[in-house]
Amino acid sequence: MKQLSTKVTSNAHGQDSSYFLGWEEYEKNPYNEIKNPNGIIQMGLAENQLCFDLIETWLAKNPDAAGLKKDGQSIFKELALFQDYHGLPEFKKALAEFMEEIRGNRVTFDPSKIVLAAGSTSANETLMFCLAEPGDAFLLPTPYYPGFDRDLKWRTGAEIVPIHCSSSNGFQITESALQQAYQQAQKLDLKVKGVLVTNPSNPLGTMLTRRELNLLVDFISSKNIHLISDEIYSGTVFGFEQFVSVMDVLKDKNLENSEVSKRVHVVYSLSKDLGLPGFRVGAIYSNDEMVVSAATKMSSFGLVSSQTQYLLSALLSDKKFTSTYLNENQKRLKIRQKQLVSGLEAAGVTCLKSNAGLFCWVDMRHLLDTNTFEAELELWKKIVYEVKLNISPGSSCHCTEPGWFRVCFANMSEDTLDLAMKRLKEYVESTDSRRVISKSSHERIKSLRKRTVSNWVFRVSWTDRVPDER
Amino acid sequence: MVSFATEKKQDRNLLSRIASGDGHGENSSYFDGWKAYEENPFHPIDRPDGVIQMGLAENQLCGDLMRKWVLKHPEASICTSEGVNRFSDIAIFQDYHGLPEFRQAVAKFMEKTRNNKVRFDPDRIVMSGGATGAHETVAFCLANPGDGFLVPTPYYPGFDRDLRWRTGVNLVPVTCHSSDGFKITVEALEAAYENARKSNISVKGLLVTNPSNPLGTTLDRECLKSLVNFTNDKGIHLIADEIYAATTFGQSEFISVAEVIEEIEDCNRDLIHIVYSLSKDMGLPGLRVGIVYSYNDRVVQIARKMSSFGLVSSQTQHLIAKMLSDEDFVDEFIRESKLRLAARHAEITTGLDGLGIGWLKAKAGLFLWMDLRNLLKTATFDSETELWRVIVHQVKLNVSPGGSFHCHEPGWFRVCFANMDHKTMETALERIRVFTSQLEEETKPMVSTTMMAKKKKCWQSNLRLSFSDTRRFDDGFFSPHSPVPPSPLVRAQT
Repeated sequence: MKQLSTKVTSNAHGQDSSYFLGWEEYEKNPYNEIKNPNGIIQMGLAENQLCFDLIETWLAKNPDAAGLKKDGQSIFKELALFQDYHGLPEFKKALAEFMEEIRGNRVTFDPSKIVLAAGSTSANETLMFCLAEPGDAFLLPTPYYPGFDRDLKWRTGAEIVPIHCSSSNGFQITESALQQAYQQAQKLDLKVKGVLVTNPSNPLGTMLTRRELNLLVDFISSKNIHLISDEIYSGTVFGFEQFVSVMDVLKDKNLENSEVSKRVHVVYSLSKDLGLPGFRVGAIYSNDEMVVSAATKMSSFGLVSSQTQYLLSALLSDKKFTSTYLNENQKRLKIRQKQLVSGLEAAGVTCLKSNAGLFCWVDMRHLLDTNTFEAELELWKKIVYEVKLNISPGSSCHCTEPGWFRVCFANMSEDTLDLAMKRLKEYVESTDSRRVISKSSHERIKSLRKRTVSNWVFRVSWTDRVPDER
Repeated sequence: MVSFATEKKQDRNLLSRIASGDGHGENSSYFDGWKAYEENPFHPIDRPDGVIQMGLAENQLCGDLMRKWVLKHPEASICTSEGVNRFSDIAIFQDYHGLPEFRQAVAKFMEKTRNNKVRFDPDRIVMSGGATGAHETVAFCLANPGDGFLVPTPYYPGFDRDLRWRTGVNLVPVTCHSSDGFKITVEALEAAYENARKSNISVKGLLVTNPSNPLGTTLDRECLKSLVNFTNDKGIHLIADEIYAATTFGQSEFISVAEVIEEIEDCNRDLIHIVYSLSKDMGLPGLRVGIVYSYNDRVVQIARKMSSFGLVSSQTQHLIAKMLSDEDFVDEFIRESKLRLAARHAEITTGLDGLGIGWLKAKAGLFLWMDLRNLLKTATFDSETELWRVIVHQVKLNVSPGGSFHCHEPGWFRVCFANMDHKTMETALERIRVFTSQLEEETKPMVSTTMMAKKKKCWQSNLRLSFSDTRRFDDGFFSPHSPVPPSPLVRAQT
């Protein structure tokens, strides 16, 4: 239709991808313990539903914040009129301190360098508008969050060039992969404006190692380009390892206040750590004044509701709450992740060793008929329609190897997760017995076990990727 | 070793043109008015000689009703003990369709503010980050970079940013004249369309604000029909920004484009879109509730996907759903708001009448379009700017000069009246009185009194609205002094 823009008529919003189709199937037949026990269990939604009780308890103890009051007086009118794109100062201060706390108070965040946005969806798009012209490219390691295709490219006209990562080294970013991606962009006549990483990674659930972070900082330094670190899952790190932010690395390399530091930007949000995606709270943190200035003006297109800013400024200013929350959140995520990993193991399925995020990166390569993406899609359809689990196929995350799936664990109850794992186990066992194979079924199971064992061995040998593991 | 100059150049290349350019519009000299206010904001006790903010189109007259309702309905908050049982459901709700109850309540509110003359389908309601976000989204949906929208002048300065900055779309002015009350004529539309064609700009639509900002006028049925027919004939879109729909006062009625399309046979509804918001009618700009309402299914679909970039906080959706579902409250609010606006409008216009200052007859809005053409030294925008600086720095009133609204004729100023209390309004009028009497003193020897009287008469007769209801409210609520210095663009938005 010529009367509409090409943004409308094209599919660049990315929503025809399987990532979203799985959601649609779920919506038609959603699992409910009582009303629809045979429905599809949603495991494609990276939500953190484990700690609402902590927030609700806090609300009960803090009637002023809960009731939009200050010293017992309603400030609703004042909040209703507050639309300053600089944001509520108390909120930005509290947010900066929260970000510091998540990073063990090893680095500082200056509230005046924070730009609020309507979720990290908006924050990432805004950064693209600030840093790239239509046709410019950003390099992203694969696999990556499918939403980036929309957030980074759709309305901005920017391009994404993948940095191919493989399972051979646990999907870590290597120097050669970076260089290859850069050269690929040049071959395509695309000007590279920067690299964007998600750390901890979605969909992998792993944290970038210091080696990778150093590599990235050196790379952008030498190429004079930007580095965007989307640290939306920084508060979901469980286990013994601490989260290493790109800000830690800048500090350790004595690059704070350097020219390079002006090209490093952090994106954050409260959607994952606090489990509040509905509130639309995103943030850009940049050391570049011009970026802060431009992004602040752009935030007019998606400011955070003043009542939400007020509530959260009170919540995050309560240090007792934030430290209790972060600790408890970690604990619960760890337990839940363990439950998923054990359940998968019982089904003869392994996953990438991880210690962050709200999901696991699951290896189902051995369940593919052929080592192709067609086979992956076939398997995915079976899992959605027959096993009734909505999980996300690796191809939707631009993974270069077929057979990997992202499976979420923090958006359901223990019982639901149990049931999901039971269903998977049943499916795998029935598939094994049904499979038409060239070898005998006995040998098949043997080789499956062997592969499982070798995967175990493979995983265990990755301990060097986590420097501070105790 | 890189020189400072080269370094700066490198800096600029590191950012996009959008980020390093002036497309945001905030480098305009008109922001001097905001700066003057921010440096010295009026406060009746702390700063009685400060600058009075009359450049802010906010509706602060019914905040007390709002506050009362919120206190009486703790269940509308998901944080109070009465409402916390909904906390987790609402906190995780990020579906870009929006809460069904929110859409239903907003649709109902839109119907009420249009006197229930039309029905709005909740499934066509798409959220956005305020009307600011809505306009940008509509531009992204209807036009490609380089295309153009026709916009009648004078128009809200924020459009330059909202419709053009990140979209690359052009705005083509449709010139309107004071000689016919700034009406939008078909001749002017055709002329603008032709100008665009000559400049190789493909016109994709016409954007009108109805009621108008800055004029405060409403489009009558005939005019609306002619706009629908014009755009339909040309196969271009009609976008009606109806953000001030419920600010009509007195006996005046607001006619929405939604009503008019029902009366036009064979109207191509795929070309009709409405932008709305709760920022003005309800005085809730901080809550960021913008709406795109399109009769084009594909636009609804895509705008909804784009709304991911500016969804309304679910906490706010829940509050608004509860508030707007309370029909008794809504009816009372709309009624009371109109009465208070009418009274405030009467107060300022009576004051200006007494001083012989003209203003455009209007039926809506949170502002007046004031005529100071006779105070200009020459009929030029330079003169207008000079006069404006005097008003800001000497009279200490931050009003908005017509040039900032792309008005074709110098000498007009937008003056807001709904963002201050009664005492502040009195102070402002007093300052204007002092100013005009000073001017009269200065010009007395040069102009005879009969000439002055004649002059006053000629622009008064066409423009004055006689208003018998001079009911006054002693609101007694807080001064315009904000505890936090606001961003200039935030104020300029309105």
